Amino acid sequence: MNLNYLDFEQPIADLEGKIEELQLVGSDNDLNIGDEIAKLREKNTKLTESIYSNLTPWQVVKVARHPQRPYTADYISRIFTDFDELHGDRHFGDDKAIIGGVARLDGKPVMVIGEEKGRSVNDKVYRNFGMPKPEGYRKALRLMEMAERFKMPIITLIDTPGAYPGIDSEERGISEAIAQNLAVMSRLRTPIICTVIGEGSSGGALAIGVGDQLNMLQYSTYFVISPEGCANIIWKTVEKAPLAAEAMGVTSTVLEELGIVDETIPEPLGGAHRDLDLMADRLRQRLSAQVDEFSKVDMDTLIEKRYQRLMSYGN
Amino acid sequence: MSWLDKIVPSMSRSNNDRGNSKVPEGLWKKCVKCSAVLYRPELERNLDVCPKCDHHMRIGARKRLDIFLDQDGRQELGAEIEPIDRLKFKDVKKYKDRLLDAQKKTGEKDALVAMSGSLNGMPIVAVAFEFSFHGGSMGYVVGEKFTRAATLALNENIPLVCFPATGGARMQEALISLMQMAKTSAVIERLKQQGTPYLSIMTDPVYGGVSASLALLGDINAAEPGARVGFAGPAIIEQTIRQKLPKGFQRSEFLLDHGAIDMIIPRAEMRERIGSLLSKFTNKPAA
Repeated sequence: MNLNYLDFEQPIADLEGKIEELQLVGSDNDLNIGDEIAKLREKNTKLTESIYSNLTPWQVVKVARHPQRPYTADYISRIFTDFDELHGDRHFGDDKAIIGGVARLDGKPVMVIGEEKGRSVNDKVYRNFGMPKPEGYRKALRLMEMAERFKMPIITLIDTPGAYPGIDSEERGISEAIAQNLAVMSRLRTPIICTVIGEGSSGGALAIGVGDQLNMLQYSTYFVISPEGCANIIWKTVEKAPLAAEAMGVTSTVLEELGIVDETIPEPLGGAHRDLDLMADRLRQRLSAQVDEFSKVDMDTLIEKRYQRLMSYGN
Repeated sequence: MSWLDKIVPSMSRSNNDRGNSKVPEGLWKKCVKCSAVLYRPELERNLDVCPKCDHHMRIGARKRLDIFLDQDGRQELGAEIEPIDRLKFKDVKKYKDRLLDAQKKTGEKDALVAMSGSLNGMPIVAVAFEFSFHGGSMGYVVGEKFTRAATLALNENIPLVCFPATGGARMQEALISLMQMAKTSAVIERLKQQGTPYLSIMTDPVYGGVSASLALLGDINAAEPGARVGFAGPAIIEQTIRQKLPKGFQRSEFLLDHGAIDMIIPRAEMRERIGSLLSKFTNKPAA
């Protein structure tokens, strides 16, 4: 089994393997097998298209959590220029699970804030696997209030398995930190554009997710409780997570129908990790267009629209 | 109710019917904390607080508002709002059927009761969670009813008092439940900007999405003695960190000690203490 591919992608992995073998043979021999390779590539594209046109919600969750899935740091370096990272909540510490700072988006100053899971094992530990503690959300709030003062649109990138469930998190008021962000984000006088890039898990995701626009990348996922958590509660086993994912409607398709998500940004064939530069470029274009669009709106109108949108949830 | 055990495993499930007078249990009731056998009429006179050990037993939303508001001039708000199964959620049982069961069991349409009324003659809006309805979980109805009650308080510029008792967001309404956190927080922020007092008095238990939104956004956050309040349930935390939790973790006293709440208010003093606070916030003479 090729670990770079998910279980349901193994037929693709097998074909890739064959192509690689042929390429090796090709370089060793004079035999012209270019035609054969081209055919296999075409077949592979069709196979990937057919697998990806029919993903179950649980398979989408797996793509959203793919070990090679692009993270916040990958997007920041590709989408923005002149990024100055800003640290600390000014009260307790600097939470590495949330990256934030000022940058330029197509030349315009913006505040960018995102949850970061970390790539290597060491990096994951350093980033606490993308699970912020209260100081992370308070840092985010500090930066967002700063963005309001300097009239910078706010771009948030959501990707977290959830706020950190730990003793220290509770002691320092994780609930209050999340709640405060929800309250203040509802009224900040600057455009706020939120995008789920991977996994949007519950309050820990929403805490940087209140704004004027909610985007989801095509194979990202957003839920009130993880499918495993839901399965564990209802069926008493995480094995039923695929059923829970189905029941809760965790994909952008369902969430757009419910009027919660505004736009789904298409991913490259086989997921964002197959072509990070293409994905980053698409995301940059959409964010840039949305910043332009919301910057034209009169501020009182923007805030009232944001409020009415919040009030309409579930109606 | 089984999902709640995961969140608050040590919680005694036998308590769920307290305050529900439709379940005849005889004239005597045993305190779950000190095991004292209590004479029910006396217990009720004591507002369902154990006279022996001061354990604050769980009470229903209507009873909560009944012992809090003045007798005259009460009006229920948003009683017509019905739950909607937008996702047609089904697990081992249909969500629709779970709702019907909960409605039959509690006589409520959903997990929040809202009323306008007065406290010592001061007009206020008060809302209380019905914990025995689906663990007091917040879905569309709870969020919407809270928001309408808060909007009335905002428009009339009269104080809002909330008594949360909940396991958190309702997973059967998935993201709609999550978004109720943003919705309720937004209306509370408007109260705050306007200078209309909002008091959150947490009662056992308050967890998850409600804790991380409306419950901890009060101008005053307070709790009844011994109430459990937290974001993640003890079982989840123990699983994550693989350590035993300290004694008294997530109890009101722990919260007070860590600066999360302003005060602990015993049930018997609720009217007096809140009346005293609100009269100062609204610049009215002392009662």
